[in-house]
Amino acid sequence: MTLAPHEHLEDHDRIPGTAPVDKARTRRPRNTPPWWFALPALLLFGFVVLVPSARGVYYAFTDWDGLDPHFSFVGLGNFADMFSDADAKQAIWHTLLIAVSITVVQNALGLALALGVNTAIKSRNVLRVFLFAPAVITPIVTAYLWRNLLGPEGAVNSLLGAVGLDGWRQDWLGSPRLALWAVVGVIVWQFAGYSMVIFLAGLQSVPKEIHEAAAMDGAGPARRFWSVTRPLLAPAFTINLMLSIIGGIKLFDQVYALTGGGPGHATDTISTLIYKDAFTLGEFGYSIALAVVLTIIVAVASTGQYLVLARNERAAS
Amino acid sequence: MNRYRRRTLALELAMIAAALFVGFPVYVLVNLAVRPTSDTSSPIAPTASPTLDNFTQAWQQGALGGALANSVLVTACSVAIVLAVSSFAAYPLARVTARWSRGAYLLVLLGLVLPFQLASLPLYQTMRDLGLLGTPWALVLFYSGLQVPFTVFLYAGFLRALPRDFEDAALIDGCTPLQGFRYVVLPMLKPVSVTALVLNAVAVWNDFFTPLLYLSGSAQQTMPVAIAGFVGQYVTDWNLIFAALVISILPVLIVYFLLQRSIINGFAGGLRG
Repeated sequence: MTLAPHEHLEDHDRIPGTAPVDKARTRRPRNTPPWWFALPALLLFGFVVLVPSARGVYYAFTDWDGLDPHFSFVGLGNFADMFSDADAKQAIWHTLLIAVSITVVQNALGLALALGVNTAIKSRNVLRVFLFAPAVITPIVTAYLWRNLLGPEGAVNSLLGAVGLDGWRQDWLGSPRLALWAVVGVIVWQFAGYSMVIFLAGLQSVPKEIHEAAAMDGAGPARRFWSVTRPLLAPAFTINLMLSIIGGIKLFDQVYALTGGGPGHATDTISTLIYKDAFTLGEFGYSIALAVVLTIIVAVASTGQYLVLARNERAAS
Repeated sequence: MNRYRRRTLALELAMIAAALFVGFPVYVLVNLAVRPTSDTSSPIAPTASPTLDNFTQAWQQGALGGALANSVLVTACSVAIVLAVSSFAAYPLARVTARWSRGAYLLVLLGLVLPFQLASLPLYQTMRDLGLLGTPWALVLFYSGLQVPFTVFLYAGFLRALPRDFEDAALIDGCTPLQGFRYVVLPMLKPVSVTALVLNAVAVWNDFFTPLLYLSGSAQQTMPVAIAGFVGQYVTDWNLIFAALVISILPVLIVYFLLQRSIINGFAGGLRG
């Protein structure tokens, strides 16, 4: 902590023989930027996010169809409907299942890749660039690519045939049992490199000296990872878990492009249902009620995760 | 510990195998995109007669040039506005400890958990009333507000870790707060600005849901929506579709490989910021 000049400049600090310090300046010695600096951002944020979100919460209690200015208040009707709507219950379940699976698999792979890249291997810089590359590609584009690869005549089946696993050939996206996992696989393929890059940044902040000291004290590689690396990776875990779980909960693009929520409703998520209910069925009120449920899930997941991880981070440091 | 041993070589080979596995879909993508429709051999077999016909056809029939221009316009304008207003706002929000400042900051952080699905439907109605639906300006306005919470959060976190001495000195030397921001604070924000630029640009460029809503039915499209429309139109002509996908990926990958160091550091930068 650096002590800023003039921080505690009081009368008793005055050098004898100099003029008394101007009172007004001692009370406001600091450069305090004016409040209106924040105004443009707050206005944009209010107009685009806060006001429409508040209106959204209000519409969730109405039967608004998106066009008709006359609509009526239905209380908790939309939320009650959700409990009897098998599609909605299924979509909420899929959303949670996808979010948890992505979080676990993507971060496990990302960590493994980061540990592999963060070694003495010669290709580490090239590997880092190539493994991260899918993360910058537009998700809808990678999803269309995979829709073809996972099709009955697609490259995945060709590859399985080529290595003699003909029995494994499937219509991956057409099977209600497999489609959801195919979606998870595509997302993990695209974003494992993203998790890797964040873990790598964390790993590179672990000083080499600590590792060497632990090695000299007789700690093996597994022990060194668990007792030295893992605690120092806590901030990277926080960011990675937050990103993947919130991204998974809001998932829309990849499902839209890969399966459109099908076959049947086997891969519908809350976000795809919001879209369908609003724009193909015209049920804006119900659709926004689903968005409110989505908001609550995101808020609970991120607050809960933040509290747990912040505690671990404190314990680790 | 860092010597190259036989185990290191085994690890190196395993990692390269992993990279090839990740790269396999891209190989198939290019392989199918350069293949004439008449070639119906296995998608993993390299094509015998590569051609660029699919690319010219996709470019002309998909109106991809216009979509590319719109994506560039929307991304450049939105990111410029977001970075400007957010750095400007983060300055008092990080420095002033008065109650209004803390309240405003918490309000902005609330935006981090609000999924945009909640705001985007009511905002659809507002955009319609303003006559912005179907124009790229609806998107610029939307992203300029949507990305504020995250960007203010990045800037404020960075500012709090910066010493205030320079700003205070600038004030004593007679700078107005505006000059102090422009000539003293802004240059110090450069590292976090790179992170904010990269993350915002990628988020805006790749977004699909918002343009799907606000541009549907109009001739003005961004790249992701144009691609979705193209796939809808040429359902089974995968050679043509893959050519369109390659065209949409190419500009992004060129920028990525040219600026890979800054981009990867930008993505990892959230960790330090």
